Amino acid sequence: MPKSIPKARLLATGACALLLIAAGSAAAKVEGDTVVLGAAVSLTGKYSVNGKNTKDGYDLAVKRINEMGGVKVGGKAYKLKVLYYDDESTPARGAQLAERLINQDGVKFVLGAYSSGLTKAIAPVTEKYKIPHVEGNGAARELFTEGYKYLFAVLSTSDYYLRDAVNLAAEVAKEKGRDPKTLKIAMAFENDPFSLDVRQGIVEAAQKHGMKIIVDDKLPPEINDMAATLTKVKAVKPDLLLVSGHEKGATLVVKQTAEMRVDVPIVGTTHCDSAKIAETLGKIAEGVLCASQWDRKLSYKDKWFGSADDYAKLFEKEFNYPAPYQAAESTASVLVFADAFARAGSFETEKVRDAISATDMMTFYGPIKFDETGKNTAKPMVLYQVLGGDYKVVAPTKWAETKLVFPRKMPQ
Amino acid sequence: MDNLRLLFAAPPLSLQLLLDGILIGAIFALAAYGMALVWGVMGLINVAQGELVMLGGYAAYFLYRAGIHPLLGVPVAAVLLFFLGWALYRSVIFRVVDKDLFISILATYGLSILLQQLANGLFGANVRTAESGFGTLVLLGGEVTIAEIKLISFGAALLTGAALLVFLRRSRMGQAIRATAQNARAARVMGIDTDRVYAWTFGINAAICGASGALVAMTWIVHPYLGLPYTVRSFMIVILAGLGNVLGVLAAALGLGVAENFAGFILGAEYQAAFIFGLLVVILVWRRFSLARQRRYLT
Repeated sequence: MPKSIPKARLLATGACALLLIAAGSAAAKVEGDTVVLGAAVSLTGKYSVNGKNTKDGYDLAVKRINEMGGVKVGGKAYKLKVLYYDDESTPARGAQLAERLINQDGVKFVLGAYSSGLTKAIAPVTEKYKIPHVEGNGAARELFTEGYKYLFAVLSTSDYYLRDAVNLAAEVAKEKGRDPKTLKIAMAFENDPFSLDVRQGIVEAAQKHGMKIIVDDKLPPEINDMAATLTKVKAVKPDLLLVSGHEKGATLVVKQTAEMRVDVPIVGTTHCDSAKIAETLGKIAEGVLCASQWDRKLSYKDKWFGSADDYAKLFEKEFNYPAPYQAAESTASVLVFADAFARAGSFETEKVRDAISATDMMTFYGPIKFDETGKNTAKPMVLYQVLGGDYKVVAPTKWAETKLVFPRKMPQ
Repeated sequence: MDNLRLLFAAPPLSLQLLLDGILIGAIFALAAYGMALVWGVMGLINVAQGELVMLGGYAAYFLYRAGIHPLLGVPVAAVLLFFLGWALYRSVIFRVVDKDLFISILATYGLSILLQQLANGLFGANVRTAESGFGTLVLLGGEVTIAEIKLISFGAALLTGAALLVFLRRSRMGQAIRATAQNARAARVMGIDTDRVYAWTFGINAAICGASGALVAMTWIVHPYLGLPYTVRSFMIVILAGLGNVLGVLAAALGLGVAENFAGFILGAEYQAAFIFGLLVVILVWRRFSLARQRRYLT
């Protein structure tokens, strides 16, 4: 009977699916004495470098916590484990994988993906299933204006990246007896959510000081040449040039300002540590200001890793490259979970969520305390200046290694 | 509008934009000439053109890391890419020559994704640059600057173009390539091994792209996702200049470089690409009208 075969097949498929779902939720959050966290990270595609930083950061935290006996919940010690998928650097895939982690793998705690775009795609999914989601690599401000209850970020949002460069310029101007109102800003940003947030932060800071913005260019994502923008910058002679265009933007602005002799007293950019401008571009990078979430020279400490520098050393030993801030903030995300599990004394998602929301801890990465929208407001951004081929912290002034060299001496 | 006023207030700016445009145009011309060659001879549109440029850039970068001056890396990158182009022809491209144009577009599009992801996997997504160590020429008391490396790139691009022209005119393989472009069937009847000609053509195309990629790595930056803008620009230039017209390709490329720079200055960098595509549409429409007029005269 040919007709009954499809029916039987249908039944079998249905039964299999049911079994899978049942197996999924049974295997859920705790396997024996191991708590499983889930993460979609970019192992291929355009974010693959930072995706690996993220994964390495998570892995190091898990390793260290497990070495120290795991997390104690209800008198029993549990080990941590992370289940990874590759999101291929595409938001749609990230959202799919989050569904899969939650529905098929039964994961109850999600660690963030790399980039704001991916986080923006995954946050609605974790929100829908009421799954706590702690991330260290999605800095877009709009992630925290949606009223998400289950999303927490350990990093400073992106509008803070270059805000302090403007404040610092105002400070220096005052010292030199100049009214900050007379300062002129030229800026260029890639047209992506992150960079546009950076721009917003600068616009607000400029308004606060009454500075004038005279060039405001948006760079296309396939930017390979900033000559047109820089010709304009050179002509209008601003006091600050601020650029955010990931590694490409950082490399291009350093290379082309030197080449075209665009002499601006303060040049600030994001991503110059991951673009390795001081290492690869040599003396033309001299004097450039860089925004960073974290630095190993900061005097933060915690019980897991010791000081920021200890963390950096351990990381380098483990993975054979210097710890970027992207890895540090990923590690900090896992620490938030570990701390919250212990305080909640349970693996119930609601209790863990409330415990995360009440977090008030110090880590090697900096203080972590979430406001009601879920972003960490306790930690300041760091500004470096490239001096003598090295990144020196110049702001916040509390941890500054040295004073800002102003104006930037144009390399000849 | 402020930008336009600025441009009129300070004439050296226009000179700067013009020079920058011409110098980058020469690099576009190389990749575009390769595309025109492959299109004209083999009848296929190579969408992986930009990826060949990208791989040429990486070749130069790794040679630079090994201590070879990037300028010497240009011919080496070209030779390496020639063999890669040959291998690509023997493995993939030969299957789509003589097929529908869309099949070739699909196949080379697939190839472009493959090369992009391979580069990403092997070299990482980091942005690299091959420091050439050249300085900057300062003109008009510092108001106009020309990076020496751009000047050298310009010269190298012209030289490569000229060498290609001589090769196509004088060498036996060049003549065979031109014969195949005119009429592949007749060429086969005359005893030309067109399969070999195709392999050479694709190899030469890859070599030119490799040279232009090496120049790109020295002048700007190289990363795995560099390709697409170069493919698109090559396509535009070829559409404008037509196939088999070296000087036309050069003129169109220089024009595109200049237009791009002025558009970036006046409209802002975000509309740079949009302006170029707008221009393409205008040119296509205009050409349609002018061709239609010619057709009317004929009938």
